[in-house]
Amino acid sequence: MTRQPEPVQVIKQRRDGALKALVGRIPYAGFLGIHFDRRGDELTGIMPFKDDLVGNPVLPALHGGAIAAFLEVTAITELSWSMLWADIEHGEVDPDDFPRLPKTIDFTVDYLRSGLPRDAYARARVNRSGRRYASVHVEAWQDNRSKLFAQATGHFLMPSKDN
Amino acid sequence: MNEEKTRLTRQFMEALPHGKALDMQVAGVGDGWAELTMNYDERFIGDPDTGVIHGGAISALMDTCCGAAVMSHPQLATITATIDLRIDYMRSATPHQRILCRAECYHVTRSVAFVRATAYDEDMENPVATATAAFTASANDPRDPERLKTVGDTVKGTVI
Repeated sequence: MTRQPEPVQVIKQRRDGALKALVGRIPYAGFLGIHFDRRGDELTGIMPFKDDLVGNPVLPALHGGAIAAFLEVTAITELSWSMLWADIEHGEVDPDDFPRLPKTIDFTVDYLRSGLPRDAYARARVNRSGRRYASVHVEAWQDNRSKLFAQATGHFLMPSKDN
Repeated sequence: MNEEKTRLTRQFMEALPHGKALDMQVAGVGDGWAELTMNYDERFIGDPDTGVIHGGAISALMDTCCGAAVMSHPQLATITATIDLRIDYMRSATPHQRILCRAECYHVTRSVAFVRATAYDEDMENPVATATAAFTASANDPRDPERLKTVGDTVKGTVI
């Protein structure tokens, strides 16, 4: 006899709860208005347009610093999420006792076109994640998924398991 | 030193909506260099366990400061955009301390401006981060101060 699979609502609640707790812990993500959409384990960062994200008010265009921050928040969230995923699935994540976040070592942003006064989306891919270091690539777009307006690569120091 | 241009750069920088949101202040600006500061604010925290501000806030300060250094360069037009920005984080910024960034536009060609920048907290001996960046550049236009003035006025009129 096989075990009954968990009800889908229970799984969704557990995953969404963990994601909300993870992102909710980062005040700067809230300051920029960044939130995440989840499909299974795939995350999409969303930064809705607002006036105080503008760098050049004449064009107007998104501030390069806000774009860099959006990419970095998405990269760190994806990296933490992928690090936590197995524990979330086993119901072993306590939202009140998350492991430390990875620390950015370096981050290189490639500005491909100016950011329009519209919502921005980003997805990150962990290219390598070892015990101590990780390399993450992140892409951002607005109206067309195939027309990136910025991308970035960053290296991160992984939190040690024992704190 | 081109005082009109540095004055306008200062005015432009202090009027940027995102710069205002992060409360960036121009500490100094001269021919091809700029200094900006940003105060510690709990809304900018990236690591809730330590209260250290998010790398993204440092990126925003450094990007703005590099842009100001390009704008204030005597040979260049005051309109510019970031092509590429690389930031190396040497250590965590100490919570509750202001961040100061100094950027220098050290080489320009007809189409590119090369900039480097360093960010410090109150310990000026040990930088928090360094950045190298490339910005778009075009030759200085004699009409530029006038154009920038218009831009500055438009910025001042923007509802934030």
